[in-house]
Amino acid sequence: MNELVILPVLLLLAAVATMAALARDPARQAVVLAVLGMVLALLFTLLQAPDVALSQLAVGTAVTPLLILLTLRAVRRDRRRKQAEDRRKS
Amino acid sequence: MSVLPFLVAGWILLVGMYGMVTSRDLVHAVGCLAVAQSSTYVLLLSVGFRHGGTAPVYSDIPTNARVVDPVVQALALTDVVVGATVTALLLALALQLQKRHGTVDPDALDGLRG
Amino acid sequence: MTRRARTRLFLAAAAVIAAVFALACLRLPPFGTQTHPYADRAVEATMRQRTANTVSSVNFDQRAFDTLGEETILFAAVLGAVGLLRRTADERRTRPRPVAVLPSTRLFGAVMLPITLLTGVYIVGHGQLSPGGGFQGGVILATGVHLSYLAADYRVLDRLRHREALDRADALAAGTFAALGLIGLGAGAAYLQNVLHLGTFNQLVSGGLVPYINAAVGVEVATGVIVILAHFLDQTEEFAGGGKGGSR
Repeated sequence: MNELVILPVLLLLAAVATMAALARDPARQAVVLAVLGMVLALLFTLLQAPDVALSQLAVGTAVTPLLILLTLRAVRRDRRRKQAEDRRKS
Repeated sequence: MSVLPFLVAGWILLVGMYGMVTSRDLVHAVGCLAVAQSSTYVLLLSVGFRHGGTAPVYSDIPTNARVVDPVVQALALTDVVVGATVTALLLALALQLQKRHGTVDPDALDGLRG
Repeated sequence: MTRRARTRLFLAAAAVIAAVFALACLRLPPFGTQTHPYADRAVEATMRQRTANTVSSVNFDQRAFDTLGEETILFAAVLGAVGLLRRTADERRTRPRPVAVLPSTRLFGAVMLPITLLTGVYIVGHGQLSPGGGFQGGVILATGVHLSYLAADYRVLDRLRHREALDRADALAAGTFAALGLIGLGAGAAYLQNVLHLGTFNQLVSGGLVPYINAAVGVEVATGVIVILAHFLDQTEEFAGGGKGGSR
């Protein structure tokens, strides 16, 4: 029974992974990555790998997107700071 | 169906690599690397799957039950977590580039100054 | 190389990879095959070692040396990230401002924080029995701690994680894993060989060395991820650029 569900989940996974790789805006990509993490965890559960599903759920949906969003925020902050410095110099 | 999981893994790898090659933002490239990396887990767990097998945890199933391959699961499991910290390292590098050179566009970093 | 040339080169290489990979897949044993020589041997060894969760047995007993390598990568990555993110000379620390939080959010965080931490400890502690273990439980613990950030504000989180203690715990846990391997040498066996009393199958203390290595990994992953997240949060929350305005 479980094995019938594997096929649609695999196709969904391929679609979400494609969306994640083609998303140009990193902030949007982080959100798609969180969804990808969830689909991966679902697939791993269906493949009878609860151990891997558990770590994928924690890492893929929470830690990795959070790290990317925090980096984006820090990059933007640094960009603003550099712009402010340039304006003062000119 | 018998090869589809492997082909999906290959597709995820290639699409993740395509994202990295065409990326204009290193933070985005790290995200694509995470996509490409997840293909290895899909491939490993698909190789280890056994029709009718259950999870290789014997705490509540008889000790002669048919289970899927635990070795590939152990390989994937450690890499998921270790991969997250490596992602963090790469993101820290990207952030440091922004601070030193004022950009995270890999093309603008062609002539790396010291 | 121009962008277009690079993309073309990639597409050519990708076509070759795709073709060869697809050919290789056709020669693989089909998906769901019943022949798994490695699985059979791993399960056999697990039964011998009386560890109910085969995956934990593979990770922390049969392939413990490999996991020591993985764990070293984790430790090195944390160390590298922390080194890259430390404060540079032109950045200064500003006092984080307390932020108003919705009462419902605060309640949610206050309720979820202990539950998540307990779940994390449970998942680490039962790694040798049920799905879970040091790697998964560690990440859950680390994310759980950050619920306090959601529920209250940065200062509460800062009080909850004592920087120096976490740094030390991380290094100590990494060292403990390596040191646990010496037990095997002391007993005249190989490094990281499981020579401890194996206990009873499916009991909390079973599998010999497995629960101890598992716990060390749990502590290391949890502290490592908290330390990394702390440094990334610092980059967005606490630092104001040295040249920013004249508010000094």
